Amino acid sequence: MSNLIHTRLEENFRASNPAQGPLSDFSARSWADFQTYGIPPVKHEEWKYARVSALFRDDLQLPISIPAVTAADIDAHRLPGHETATELVFINGHFVPSLSTIRHAETDLMIAPLSEAAAGADAAFIAANLGHSAAYHPDGIQALNGAFAGAGVFIRARRGKQIEQPVYIYLISDSRTGFIFSQPRSLVHVEAGAALQIAEHYITLGGQESFTNEVFELVAEQNALVDYYKIQHEGSTANHVGTTHIRQTGKCVTNAVTISLSGALVRNNLNMIMESEHGESHMYGLSLLNGKTLVDNHTIVDNVKPHCFSNELYKAIMDEESTGVFNGKIFVRKDAQKTNAYQSNKNILVGERSAANTKPQLEIFADDVKCSHGCTIGRLDEESLFYLRARGLSEQNARSLLLHAFAVDILDKIKWEPLRQHVDALISERLQFEI
Amino acid sequence: MPEENDDILEQVTSSEYKYGFVTDIESDDAPKGLNEDIVRFISAKKHEPEWMLEWRLKAYRHWLTMEQPQWANVTFPPIDFQDIIYYSAPKQKIAPNSLDEIDPELRKTFEKLGISLNEQKRLTGVAVDAVIDSVSIATTFKEELAELGIIFCSMSEAVQEHPELIKKYLGSVVPATDNYFTALNSAVFSDGSFCYIPAGVRCPMELSTYFRINAANTGQFERTLIVAEAGSYVSYLEGCTAPMRDENQLHAAVVEILAAEKAEVKYSTVQNWYPGDKDGKGGIYNFVTKRGICQGDHSKISWTQVETGSSITWKYPSVVLKGDHSVGEFYSVAVTNNHQQADTGTKMIHIGKNTRSRIVSKGISAGMSNNSYRGLVQVGRNASHARNFSQCDSLLLGDKCGAHTFPYIEVKNNTGIVEHEATTSKIGEDQIFYCNQRGIDTETAVALIINGFAKEVMNQLPMEFAVEAQKLLAISLEGSVG
Amino acid sequence: MLKIENLHAGIEEKEILKGINLEIKAGEVHAIMGPNGSGKSTLASVLAGRDQFEVTEGSVSFMGKDLLDMAPEERAREGMFLAFQYPVEIPGVSTTNFIKTAVNETRKHRGEEPLDAVSFLKLMKEKMKLVQIDQALLSRSLNEGFSGGEKKRNEIFQMAMLEPKLAILDETDSGLDIDALRIVANGVNQYRNSENAFLLVTHYQRLLDYIVPDYVHVLYNGRIVRSGTKELALELEAKGYDFIKNEVDAISQD
Repeated sequence: MSNLIHTRLEENFRASNPAQGPLSDFSARSWADFQTYGIPPVKHEEWKYARVSALFRDDLQLPISIPAVTAADIDAHRLPGHETATELVFINGHFVPSLSTIRHAETDLMIAPLSEAAAGADAAFIAANLGHSAAYHPDGIQALNGAFAGAGVFIRARRGKQIEQPVYIYLISDSRTGFIFSQPRSLVHVEAGAALQIAEHYITLGGQESFTNEVFELVAEQNALVDYYKIQHEGSTANHVGTTHIRQTGKCVTNAVTISLSGALVRNNLNMIMESEHGESHMYGLSLLNGKTLVDNHTIVDNVKPHCFSNELYKAIMDEESTGVFNGKIFVRKDAQKTNAYQSNKNILVGERSAANTKPQLEIFADDVKCSHGCTIGRLDEESLFYLRARGLSEQNARSLLLHAFAVDILDKIKWEPLRQHVDALISERLQFEI
Repeated sequence: MPEENDDILEQVTSSEYKYGFVTDIESDDAPKGLNEDIVRFISAKKHEPEWMLEWRLKAYRHWLTMEQPQWANVTFPPIDFQDIIYYSAPKQKIAPNSLDEIDPELRKTFEKLGISLNEQKRLTGVAVDAVIDSVSIATTFKEELAELGIIFCSMSEAVQEHPELIKKYLGSVVPATDNYFTALNSAVFSDGSFCYIPAGVRCPMELSTYFRINAANTGQFERTLIVAEAGSYVSYLEGCTAPMRDENQLHAAVVEILAAEKAEVKYSTVQNWYPGDKDGKGGIYNFVTKRGICQGDHSKISWTQVETGSSITWKYPSVVLKGDHSVGEFYSVAVTNNHQQADTGTKMIHIGKNTRSRIVSKGISAGMSNNSYRGLVQVGRNASHARNFSQCDSLLLGDKCGAHTFPYIEVKNNTGIVEHEATTSKIGEDQIFYCNQRGIDTETAVALIINGFAKEVMNQLPMEFAVEAQKLLAISLEGSVG
Repeated sequence: MLKIENLHAGIEEKEILKGINLEIKAGEVHAIMGPNGSGKSTLASVLAGRDQFEVTEGSVSFMGKDLLDMAPEERAREGMFLAFQYPVEIPGVSTTNFIKTAVNETRKHRGEEPLDAVSFLKLMKEKMKLVQIDQALLSRSLNEGFSGGEKKRNEIFQMAMLEPKLAILDETDSGLDIDALRIVANGVNQYRNSENAFLLVTHYQRLLDYIVPDYVHVLYNGRIVRSGTKELALELEAKGYDFIKNEVDAISQD
């Protein structure tokens, strides 16, 4: 990283962080961490394949003010089912209430700018939970987002509310004026007994390069039910680093589905922190890549307490010159006896110049556990392909059918029907396959 | 077999590290510490030619520019390289011209370790090169092997007798600059074994090197070089022990294997260096670089290791699969108990077409120990139709130990198939109870289950090693369940 | 041979056995029947020494020794055999090797020489016929991938190899088809003699058609509520457990 970009980041930090703000301490701490860690260098073990340092170029524009984006600009990108969903909009990393539409009752769902919430009755909750993910990612990228957390949003699903309609979050980078750097931040509180579905959708306007560096933190309490969806289909010029950090503070069930369809460099961190006995988590991922896209999924399941169950299945199809990376860590702490953790990573290499790098990782400090992981890298099964062709399918259609079949068990994990159909349509289109 | 069971039982209930004795023999030591003069001293002791000294000095100078590595999953205080004796040779009254002239003290030492240096007494077809501290003291069956054109001798002798081979192959698989410890080894290596199997020859007996550290404050830095010419076959065994001492001792070895077209090399290790006591005091730091290259088409290199000793083990026997249709295998059982730390695994580098590799790793952790599998499977852009299968299983005994798996898989060719499976579990209470109900006590039940867990790897060992290794497993885990 | 007096046992505060009295003599076959949850399998487990059950009261003597004082393997070596309802799988350990270890541990306990490989194989061949078990099965890992019937036959085979004084068969008939049941029962009948004894734990009368008991006991709610001869089993079969339940519940209401 050049001095120039560092100076501009610093100017930007000073400009965005009023000394008196309720989040100023957190931001200052994060900024100090950023100074300590710096941008992860190429040889950094956790960033071996996702070489983010190359993105901090001198032409990276730091968003000082929010550009003029209209609701009409967003219309083309809205997710199906949005008519009844709550839609929250970030522009260049800033939560913009004026473009957001809250369709849920205030008694079910509370939504507020993070800095506002931190100044009110929720100050203590936010102080205790904001930045919980930092310990899992001791690096400058994570810290840098924290320094700009003031522009984020706070969401709360209230106690016992079974919220049927989803919350859609549109994270928009307006790259019409150049290579834009956005740093959105969200903190979500799902109170005891509440059920919530959240989908994050990334959009780059313009078509020039963009770089989003996001941190999304969620706290789920006793008997909560959380479904989280991350849909990336931003185009080949979009770069993305995002951390989704889900904490179970009570016995509950949390599900996450990460779908990556395009991008230049995409890095998804997903953490499930099992802090309560008998917690259950499911993590699913699907990457369908082409061009020179690199998608790097890093997941962590941290079993802090005993009797937790986690299941993880990540699938990837790499066409052309794309690269899929998977690094799954399962930690079982000393007291986390009777942990059951499963992890599976399956890759199909289609493109002749495609690549897959995978590193499943188990770190176990308790003895009474059952953990397993498996991974496969290979191509489509020739035998199946032949069988279909022998039944009269064209090679192209046979391939598409098999690849779709490979992807479908991840698609099925998207419980919100309009969203599932939407993603299915995107995949079928990519596979040139008629349903 | 029944007697064997009794033996196991007895050892399980009574055992401590049984190779911990010290042989009382005078030694000829280099002064403590490391500098160019020490490198020259070692070279001079061995009457080496100038080119060998230059090779060492080059490695030494490179080492000076390197930093001691920090590894993720093992912890130990930094090693003071000036506090180590780099050359220690047992003083023999006369230089032995034949096996009969070996100092009786040394002969007794090896007999105590179960290694016979007496060719008449051969029960099994094993030729032994016995290395104590920095020097090889005897190599058996040299003449018989020579008749077939096989060279099996100490490295010092090879430098004198076969300089053209050493010049050609030494450092060709593991360059001196490879890592911190290979650079150090290349500068100060004192002895080791060299074997050369000429084209088309199937070595009729197992070749083996037995390494013994005896002197205090010394490090052992040996090198093994195996060259298998086209169409040849050799099975090689390596065993190691050391006395019980309170201070840690460093063992930094390098093993290189070359397999030409259609050659096959099988390398088996039973590593039983002193692991330190129950509180983690003492023990060997075992930092070893082992690598083989399948240079020719249809060649095969197979590593089998049973790792029970050392306070810290850091090693990744690897295979570079360069020849088309070449095969690499790695079978490992690593047991850690008390305060031992093991970070071991393999690298399979697929470069040639239709190359195949197989990894079976079984980790058993007990006490306060930490056991990590770290491996890399790499399929290069041109390695079409490469195939790998890996299985890494961990068994935990006790709630204070850790088991970790770090398999790296990198595939750049879309015709390859790579599969990896791993599990972690503990011995089930219901399994133990079932055994108890059949009259088998818990300790025996555990030994039975562990041997079952490790069977796939044990089956790879040559027969006479397998029995020894099985006992070793039980002994290493003595007192860890209950 | 076995004498159970006022045995109370349970798991984590919950009492399951509430005062069992039972005496078994050499040469006898006893059947314990009862509805689900009556404590049948608990009784078998307590006798074999499974440590999740806690004995809170009472005594058990076996061959004149205090059974409750012994570790599970000591009980086994003294001649008590439990045929498990769910035999466990032990990957990597061959059935033959396992049985050989068990046989020799027991021989050692009795002060006998361990069997050498030849005599062991001979013994094994002989006993294999008893339950029509296949050599191939015995060279596989213990119970791993065995069908339900194969596991049960393997249990009876082990019994024949270990020659216990008292064999407890815990629901050995469950999950067996009629052919397998016949084979298992046949194995038991051939082993039966005046020196040994059996305790059959079962839910159904079916097994008792093939292994005819001398005594039948009905276990209900942690107690033996009725004892009789094999006719009692037929009565139970005809009337179902409800008649016993009603009878007992009526008494306890009085």
